[in-house]
Amino acid sequence: METLFACCIGFLTACGVFLMLRGRTFPVVLGLTMLSYAVNLFLFSSGRLTLRGAAVLGTTEQYADPLPQALVLTAIVIGFAMTAFLVILAIRARADLGNDHVDGKLPESELSKKESR
Amino acid sequence: MWHLITAPVLLPFLTALLIMLPPVHYSPMRRRWLSMISSAIQLVLVVILLLQVQQQGLIHYAVGNWQAPFGIILVADTLSVVMVCLTSFLALGAICYGSAGEDEKGSFFHPLFQFLLMGINGAFLTGDLFNLFVFFEVLLIASYGLLIHAGGKNKTKAAVHYVVLNLTGSAIFLFSLAVLYGTLGTLNITDMAVKVAALPAEDLMLVKAGGLMLMIVFALKAAVLPLQFWLPATYSSASAPVAALFAVMTKIGVYALLRVYSTIFGENAGPLAGMASDWLLPAGLATIALGAVGALASPDFRKLVANLVLVSVGTLVSLVALQTELSAAAALYYTVHSTLVTAALFLVADLIANQRGKAGDRLVSGRRVSQPILLGFIFMVGALTVAGLPPFSGFVGKLMILQSAVEPVSRILLWSLILLSSLMVIVALSRAGSTLFWRVSGTESGGGKAPPLQVFAVIWLLLASPLLTVFAGPLTTLSQQAAAQLYDTTTSRNSILGQYPVQESKP
Repeated sequence: METLFACCIGFLTACGVFLMLRGRTFPVVLGLTMLSYAVNLFLFSSGRLTLRGAAVLGTTEQYADPLPQALVLTAIVIGFAMTAFLVILAIRARADLGNDHVDGKLPESELSKKESR
Repeated sequence: MWHLITAPVLLPFLTALLIMLPPVHYSPMRRRWLSMISSAIQLVLVVILLLQVQQQGLIHYAVGNWQAPFGIILVADTLSVVMVCLTSFLALGAICYGSAGEDEKGSFFHPLFQFLLMGINGAFLTGDLFNLFVFFEVLLIASYGLLIHAGGKNKTKAAVHYVVLNLTGSAIFLFSLAVLYGTLGTLNITDMAVKVAALPAEDLMLVKAGGLMLMIVFALKAAVLPLQFWLPATYSSASAPVAALFAVMTKIGVYALLRVYSTIFGENAGPLAGMASDWLLPAGLATIALGAVGALASPDFRKLVANLVLVSVGTLVSLVALQTELSAAAALYYTVHSTLVTAALFLVADLIANQRGKAGDRLVSGRRVSQPILLGFIFMVGALTVAGLPPFSGFVGKLMILQSAVEPVSRILLWSLILLSSLMVIVALSRAGSTLFWRVSGTESGGGKAPPLQVFAVIWLLLASPLLTVFAGPLTTLSQQAAAQLYDTTTSRNSILGQYPVQESKP
């Protein structure tokens, strides 16, 4: 279980970082979302992975650490709000700057393509 | 009085809510007055808190009465309360400046401003790393809103970079918190210090990785060299009162570095002691150099001031890397001085830009300013202060910094870089000043007189500089006390974790 979990987080992070390095805002937003999923899973695993462990003392033999669960909940809420804001900001940037590149202008190669058309 | 420590967090929060409610929200004057009065009250309250901390030593407050290390605590020691005082003082000036008209260029200026204050104060006062993350997010989301206040292409472009970078920073912050919680089993800063001191050898590398990731996050907030590229564009495109308050936001990164690396990874941390210094010292020194060169190369006055912020951040980070009581004391004094003066300069840049017509604050010849004597005097005081010439506070601050470098290697590096960068800053500022005030075309001025409230706000911030010099004696004692308290981990541990025996670290 631990290996699968670790691989999942690794894969999500790799996808997130790859997407974040793209030039347009939409992949960047997606990349940040992926990264925040990876972060949430990672944060959850910091309380160790337990099967059938309740977070309440005295109900089961094994119990899960409740703190990471609370932390993840906070992180999810914050990540959600931030992503919503970023989406709106990206749309605004598209409207204000006339293109959806992160730097606000088309790179040279695309500019020349546009002119030759 | 026991609950006074929560006031710097709760007061801005309640004010922001109140401003958004109908009787206040519909009238610009009411919004302004409420915002100004609230920050004046806040300033009074934090000064009372400072006096209390002076009398009683460290104060900690268990939120919801869940005692440390299980619950979240707020900690007020001299260092954090001085930073909160600085924020309140600065905020009052910035709000006054904004209330002269800047706030009506977009919506929700005052509520966002108060939320930003809540985040900043909370980040200074918290004693829990996850809570620090939460307050970081509070202040960041308010700052995103404030950054695009009044709109415009440049602001949107700068905001996209700023938001994406900070979201990435938050992700790294959470990764490092998870690593640290997974190995240490606690996120209370004081308790973490205890756990790190008794760390089993097999967890060493994990904690080191977590700690260094934390350094990346704080370095991003503070804008230290490889992570500083967002700062000049962001700060120079924000509207003036916002940029003034942003001047304290880089200092939060520096404060967090100081807090984490002198408490958790301080002298008692065994093999992890001082692990960040190897990275922070070169980065800080390079930031000073880069900021000074950037100041010389700036095409407009606001970019120049943004580069001066970089110089001050570099200086502070190098001081944090030295990890001595003396350097921490010097850093605290210099933080107060540099934050106020750079904030004032952002406001001065706006005043000048408003009076030069089309040329704005670009360093080209333009129309003459309509109040050359007033603005020239303010500019000169600000420039002399930030460059560190006597009789203003920059001189005292730089003197303390130079004295705090004791080891030969750091002394050579720090002395040469700080003195050289001061020279470059003087050159850059004299060039900027002579262009802005003397290279004028025509006799007409480019704008009306500055509103009295804005002039008051600038003078309020600049007044701190002579005051910091006149009261340099008591203030250096205060910063030395703060530094001593910061490094006196035993006392703080006993007072915060007193009732609980030190537990074995989690298996």
